[in-house]
Amino acid sequence: MEISPILISLKTATVATFFTFIFGVIAAKLVLDIKSERIKAVLDTVFTIPLVLPPTVIGFLLLLIFGVKRPIGRFLLEFMGIRIIFSWQATVIAAFVIAFPLMYRTAKGAFEQVDENLILAARTLGMSEMKIFFKILLPLASPGVLGGVILSFARALGEFGATAMIAGNIENKTRTLPLAIYSEVAAGNMNQAAYYVIVVLAISFVVILLMNYFSRKQITKGN
Amino acid sequence: MGLEVGIRKRLKGFSLDVSFKNQGLHLGIFGASGSGKSMTLKCIAGIIDPDEGRIVLNDKVLFDSERNINIKPQKRNIGYLFQNYALFPHLTVEDNITISLNGKKEDIKPKLEEMIKLFKLEGLERKYPKQLSGGQQQRVALARAIIKNPDILVLDEPFSALDSHLKESLEVELFELLKTYNKEVVLVTHNREEVYKFCDYMVFLDEGKSIINENTKEIFNSPKYYSVSKLLGYNNISEIQYLTNNTLKATKWGISYKIETKLNDEFSFIALRDNELILNNVPISHGEIVIEVAVLDVIESINHYDLLVKNASFIQGDSISLKVDKNTIENINFKENLFLHIANEAIVYLK
Repeated sequence: MEISPILISLKTATVATFFTFIFGVIAAKLVLDIKSERIKAVLDTVFTIPLVLPPTVIGFLLLLIFGVKRPIGRFLLEFMGIRIIFSWQATVIAAFVIAFPLMYRTAKGAFEQVDENLILAARTLGMSEMKIFFKILLPLASPGVLGGVILSFARALGEFGATAMIAGNIENKTRTLPLAIYSEVAAGNMNQAAYYVIVVLAISFVVILLMNYFSRKQITKGN
Repeated sequence: MGLEVGIRKRLKGFSLDVSFKNQGLHLGIFGASGSGKSMTLKCIAGIIDPDEGRIVLNDKVLFDSERNINIKPQKRNIGYLFQNYALFPHLTVEDNITISLNGKKEDIKPKLEEMIKLFKLEGLERKYPKQLSGGQQQRVALARAIIKNPDILVLDEPFSALDSHLKESLEVELFELLKTYNKEVVLVTHNREEVYKFCDYMVFLDEGKSIINENTKEIFNSPKYYSVSKLLGYNNISEIQYLTNNTLKATKWGISYKIETKLNDEFSFIALRDNELILNNVPISHGEIVIEVAVLDVIESINHYDLLVKNASFIQGDSISLKVDKNTIENINFKENLFLHIANEAIVYLK
């Protein structure tokens, strides 16, 4: 029984979810605020496309960006001494890119659900756009945004294809639960694989229970 | 001083072309639903941008398309009461009221207490909007709108979200409160009672156009326009035709009568005030128009009777409705011939 894939997966999914949350919410707000319908449509497509691409294609594209012979990868390596490929950070990047569209789309949907009159009312009250976002829009959209967090976390936890391509399958470093399951099955260790499967099921179950509990608490305020 | 608006905005299937000036303290923006009342209000508040025009409030230019001025809603200092109050559902009453204020809790407290007292919200400070009645929600929304001491208060159909039995008592309450507030108020409504009771000055909108902008009592007295009179509750309206130079005919009712001076050419309708019409069994005229009528229907309502009658010699025409007091109806003998008396006071001519 090896515990490191569990720790790596939890760490990766947590960090990746944290970043998808921040960037997904910002991207959703940005797209909603854009007045030009054309730019809106383009950005929406860009932010959503990882959802429909096969993860291996994402992996390939990430290799194009972060490969040590590519401009960005080389820059990071030569000037900052950071090597992304085959590092633990690569698991986070892969999970982030794959989970981002889920966060972005649910957050955008949640913001759109908020009664526009409330935002207009806040403006007539003299509240700054920043204050409106943090005190009105985000709290009112929070059940939906939390839903996006659940989905992102679950998706980040399950990420396999892109991770395998840019982070590899290095034991104690980049071997996440899905990769561990794959490796154990490939090696014929079905019992060991089943153990990881149960762990994944248990984590997913607990996360969804928790998030449902919190989102219900939000909605029932004042009832 | 006061609010001055002259704006235009084109949308798909609707265009707004409104200009008016408030020469009183309380201005009514009156019109049917879909006439552009709320949109006008939103333009004033700056949450919708007009295509062109000018909005000035107390010598402060809020919007001027020619000079490229468009002040943000945040900076216009307009207290806006939304139709459904738009209270923030996730905030308590006190947080709703004070959300526009920046500063320490201790500094905000006296202002909050003043509002709570003024709007009789004691004991509700920690409640959420959903836990309040419609009337309480309205008072919270008002408190929230005036805590920053706005230059003008605008109310968008403040009673449309309330049950009718609540409405009447709240109307009195709100109007009393606003009269003591002593600031310019704009009331958007489609209810003629509200505008008559509260607004000393009014502008009438019809399909996005401002038609008439005058003293309220004056407009109610002589609505001048067909569309205005309809909304002000004139039910008896007929086209008129000149038979000779001094004989007019109300075509819908088949009533011909003489006039002393020729009317202004622009008038093409006649309207009758239903509470000025007199029905009795006396065929004699004292200068007023008298026609024999047949009674079609008598409906008893709370304070009076509504009668529908038709010109007895033009039975294919339209009916005329009139109101009769509960006391006077006993003096009318419905088994004998009935006569309708239309005095000059009952007649209004319309464009």
